[in-house]
Amino acid sequence: MVPVATPFFFYGLAAAAIISGLMVITRRNAVHSALALIVTLLSVAGLYLMLYAPFVAGVQIIVYAGGIMVLFLFVIMLVNIERASKERRFNRMWPVGLVASCALLALFLSAFSKGKDMLPRVPVPQLSEGINTQQIGALLYGEAGRMGTYTFAFEIASLLLLVAILGAVIMTKKRI
Amino acid sequence: MIQYLMSYLGSPLTPGQAGNQLWALIYVMIIFTGVSVAVMAMNWLERKALAHFQIRLGPMRVGPHGLLQPIADAIKLALKEDIIPTEADQFVFWIAPLIGLIASFTVYIVIPFGPSQAVSDMNIGILFMLGVSSLGALGIVVAGWASNSHYPLIGALRSSAQMVSYEVAMGLAVVSAIMMTSLGSASTGTLSMIQIVESQQQQGVWFLFKFFPLGLIAFVVFAIAMVAETNRAPFDMAEAESELTAGFHTEYSGLRWSLFMLAEYAAMIAVSSIAVTLWLGGWMRPFPNLLSGPTWEFIFSLFPGLTFAALALFAFIGTVRMPSHSFFKIQKIGLGAFGLVLAFIALVLFLIAIAGHNSDTSIAARFREGIDYVYWFVLKVSIFMYLFIWYRATWPRYRFDQLMRIGWKVMLPISLGVLILTAIVGIRQEIWQAIQTLLKG
Repeated sequence: MVPVATPFFFYGLAAAAIISGLMVITRRNAVHSALALIVTLLSVAGLYLMLYAPFVAGVQIIVYAGGIMVLFLFVIMLVNIERASKERRFNRMWPVGLVASCALLALFLSAFSKGKDMLPRVPVPQLSEGINTQQIGALLYGEAGRMGTYTFAFEIASLLLLVAILGAVIMTKKRI
Repeated sequence: MIQYLMSYLGSPLTPGQAGNQLWALIYVMIIFTGVSVAVMAMNWLERKALAHFQIRLGPMRVGPHGLLQPIADAIKLALKEDIIPTEADQFVFWIAPLIGLIASFTVYIVIPFGPSQAVSDMNIGILFMLGVSSLGALGIVVAGWASNSHYPLIGALRSSAQMVSYEVAMGLAVVSAIMMTSLGSASTGTLSMIQIVESQQQQGVWFLFKFFPLGLIAFVVFAIAMVAETNRAPFDMAEAESELTAGFHTEYSGLRWSLFMLAEYAAMIAVSSIAVTLWLGGWMRPFPNLLSGPTWEFIFSLFPGLTFAALALFAFIGTVRMPSHSFFKIQKIGLGAFGLVLAFIALVLFLIAIAGHNSDTSIAARFREGIDYVYWFVLKVSIFMYLFIWYRATWPRYRFDQLMRIGWKVMLPISLGVLILTAIVGIRQEIWQAIQTLLKG
């Protein structure tokens, strides 16, 4: 079988992700930014596919690109774009942003220069694409009567989401 | 050459699995052409059937019984002026139909027309289909916004709210069907479209009838949600013409408008294929396990030919019943020729069926198998396509708040309940054993 994970695809997807990521912050129009963000999310999904993680890629598309972005656009459309696009784009918070982005840059640079020693030198085992979903299921829910590695964390996270849903309902409804 | 073709026809793998890009490209082109032709046929059938529901004749002028009307429409739409409103957001207005079109055509790469008659078999097949088809909502939302006009914006907001809410009920119904793949003897759960059908064959039951009536309820929830997902009547709030002129595509014209139509019909075929794959046994003919053996195989392989023969018979009856005025001479010849073409296709299909029956390993046998798979799949899907037309002619449009209430307060609880009940019924033996050990201890 011909491997999909060729450098050609990697560079293409990475370039698409970076360019559209830049467009998210440079466009004046909020809807254009949101569309660029969708392109970023889809290219990241493509990168997941190249890492032989089809389930994560599918969830990335269904949750972020499909569900959340539609809601995002929904909200942005109701904002008055003409007024928003004439506003000044830099407010007084820019020193904080500068410090944060400098710190992030330093982190990336250090990871880039020292990363070779931090990671194990053994080649990454080639996982079969065919059982990726089953493996994730086994890790999250356990198999053959045993609890999975992340069952507890997974259930706690779902409880947190339930609390968030209930909170949203209570905040929007005055009387229940 | 023939050897080369044989090796593909006999291959149990889809081109995607075999890693053959050329063959995958050929499959993609066949599917693209097939879907485009199906959309044109559907366009004709919808106008014709709706007209007959309302005791009208429908298109009658272009070609015999309006058979060439879709082609005339396509030419008209392609030649129309392409208007982009001055106040519209040019780029987004331009790209919106393409988003919808790409989303609804991309899902076809995982639709299994047969055990190896698909472009690719992904491990996440059904998840991929749901995800990519949900991107179609983006095209509609963005189109409504970019038009910079009131009716399209309202239509877009309605449609996005509707699609996001019905996606939840749809997803839960799909999950209960996927769960059934893991609830047979010696079967593991799967998301792959091909393996879902194969597990129905292995368990010897369409998931529609499994754990009766649980499978049926999940299927009905899906069948209602898929009408809402594709923005069709009675849930066509996004383009309710009595309230919103034409909804999200009010400002679109010509070719761009036809791209929206193409995307809508392609999405209808795609969701119908999901329903057929998950609940109606995909490419399988009726009773593949019960009525097996070469004789039954032969009898069922005559069905494609019989269908075309019946269509040819209809065409011939229509030719005979045409008025004998000289004005109808050309139409009469045309319909007769159309009938002859259908009869010829029927003859070829019969010959293939007979040749495949007589020799088991030859190219004809493989060909017959492939035709059978595609035939049963397309037949099941076309029943759904007819249902879409039937719904449109039968039910009045819902009000928007009624629509949302049904989605969240009826469909969602039902699909959740079915999901939980399916799980309980599926592991009832394990539960029973656990209770017994508890009682003993």
